[in-house]
Amino acid sequence: MNSRAQILSRIKENQPELSSLPADLTAPLQYPDPVEVFSTVLSNIGGTTVPVKSYEEIQQYIKTQFADQKRIISTIPELSAVTEAGWEGQDPHSYEDIDIAVIRAHFGVAENAALWVTEELMQQRVIPFICQQLAVVVQRKDICSNMHEAYAKVADAVYGFGTFIAGPSKTADIEQSLVLGAHGPKNMTVFILEMAKD
Amino acid sequence: MSTGTKDHAGLADIFNEDEARVDWHDETLWFVRAKRDKAAHTLPEWEALRENASKIKDNVLSNLHDYLLQFEAKAQQNGITVHWAADAKEHNEIVTSILKAQSVTRIVKSKSMLTEECHLNEHLQQNGIEVIDTDLGERIVQLAEEPPSHIVLPCIHKKKEEIGELFHEHLGTPQGESDPQFLTAAARVHLREKFLTRKAAITGVNFAIAETGEFVVCTNEGNADMGAHLADVHIACMGIEKIIPKRKHLAVFLRLLARSATGQPITTYSSHFNKPRAGQEMHLVLVDNGRTKQLGRADFRNSLKCIRCGACMNTCPVYRRSGGHSYHTAIAGPIGSILAPNLDMKEYADLPFASTLCGSCTNVCPVKINIHEQLYKWRQVIVKEGYADKKKAVAMKAMEFTLSHPFVYKNAGKAGRWVIKHAPFMVNNNLNLWYKQREMPEPPKQSFSEWYKKNNNE
Repeated sequence: MNSRAQILSRIKENQPELSSLPADLTAPLQYPDPVEVFSTVLSNIGGTTVPVKSYEEIQQYIKTQFADQKRIISTIPELSAVTEAGWEGQDPHSYEDIDIAVIRAHFGVAENAALWVTEELMQQRVIPFICQQLAVVVQRKDICSNMHEAYAKVADAVYGFGTFIAGPSKTADIEQSLVLGAHGPKNMTVFILEMAKD
Repeated sequence: MSTGTKDHAGLADIFNEDEARVDWHDETLWFVRAKRDKAAHTLPEWEALRENASKIKDNVLSNLHDYLLQFEAKAQQNGITVHWAADAKEHNEIVTSILKAQSVTRIVKSKSMLTEECHLNEHLQQNGIEVIDTDLGERIVQLAEEPPSHIVLPCIHKKKEEIGELFHEHLGTPQGESDPQFLTAAARVHLREKFLTRKAAITGVNFAIAETGEFVVCTNEGNADMGAHLADVHIACMGIEKIIPKRKHLAVFLRLLARSATGQPITTYSSHFNKPRAGQEMHLVLVDNGRTKQLGRADFRNSLKCIRCGACMNTCPVYRRSGGHSYHTAIAGPIGSILAPNLDMKEYADLPFASTLCGSCTNVCPVKINIHEQLYKWRQVIVKEGYADKKKAVAMKAMEFTLSHPFVYKNAGKAGRWVIKHAPFMVNNNLNLWYKQREMPEPPKQSFSEWYKKNNNE
């Protein structure tokens, strides 16, 4: 008997009588103002929120705040005027020198300041991890309260890779001292976009 | 090795030689426990979440056979190669053969307690494959040639000055430099070079979803992602109990995991791997290594619900004061002490006794494992099977005899009082474990029954 068959037969023999799945949790915590909670939680974990009304405003922010950064890339067509052209589709290792990556998130979650990003929003999976600084654009209306709402939004979406990102990469492995920028981004900016026409 | 040199009490003695370090360790872990409480209290539904998580895991354990088949089929459809390993040896051989097929001799690995349990690093090194652990804490203990002492905080037993010394030796940082910010920056540069040059990456798995065939890896550093997204070959290793039924159940577990572990609302990255990226190979190894056996032990199967948050360690008065290495097993602390005897009852016979049975572990467990009750039950099994420490076994036998013979009991008390009074050296010595770090009490002049007799003129 191969290991697969052996493991499966031992499980069958040893697993207890079927106990049914519980009902979903009822009434998880909802915030009256999820965007405010999101901003507070993000700042607690080392990130910054920037409320904006248009992509022009984001362009302006990039031009002024990130003026000294050499390599700025984005997956958002509305920002092509202020970011590098033709960076896509290269060997992922070549992105090692990216200073700032600006990507979109599907939605954000207030309780933990996590943003849901799937592969098509990253262009390459490594982008949000390898850059020195990460900036994410999320629509104000797309910030929900909790993770149950979050997975209701993900639902049965098909993706090759997806991730919740909450703040910059960090570690506290040396004597529990918090240090931002362990391997990935050293900081994180979240543009909360509320278009005037919305 | 309960009677050998390597038992918990003996190893705890070594840790306790440095009192200042023990105090620091104790206070730091208690601080992490306090952060957990604060995070838990932000959610009014915390207890309902724990209950929900526990019930979901009950369902998983009762239907594991079908969930594994469902997961395997979905993962294969997604382009993931699924392997099955009956034990640590087979797991290590599978990983080695995947790497050898690609002629890979240098790899990066993110944190995986399963690979620690299987001693994968040693096996790979014996096969000429260099492994770099990329979690900062794990890299530190790897440089120190030590195992991790905590499943979430691998080098919590080390002081920054010692880490500075290690980095000076291995990474060339200036001598005497011990600033955490500086050392972390040095490690970032050191490890980035590894991520960029290694062709294969190994990661652990926090959750695997039967419904979709995807698996989720949680890190704060982003090291699992840096490794996996740059490598041509990604190998993920998981215990078979990591399955959860549906994607939506991640909401429950991700809300509990980081809050229980460190008091964070969520880890920085919760990455869902569904398919390999174009041109990449993705392998998943499902490992039994004693889990099916534990599933069959009705009293202990609940331990398979564990999501490896480490809350039981942070809260444990024994763990905090004895250090992770005193448990001489990959997973230390209360949960490790109920998992290890399943793998080897003789080798780990001491661990269920490394507890005060205070129950704090059970109270903080996010999936409501009755940890302290299982510790108590393991003690009974271990004594019955004849694996208990000899001193303990003799003492327990003597106690059993004394308590079941009233005449002996009465005279034993008298003898005890006489000994403490007239021959204190008989008990104030190192054979009596209760004498360590304590003076024996003043003996009472008489027993309660003697007093009662006298005062009631019987």
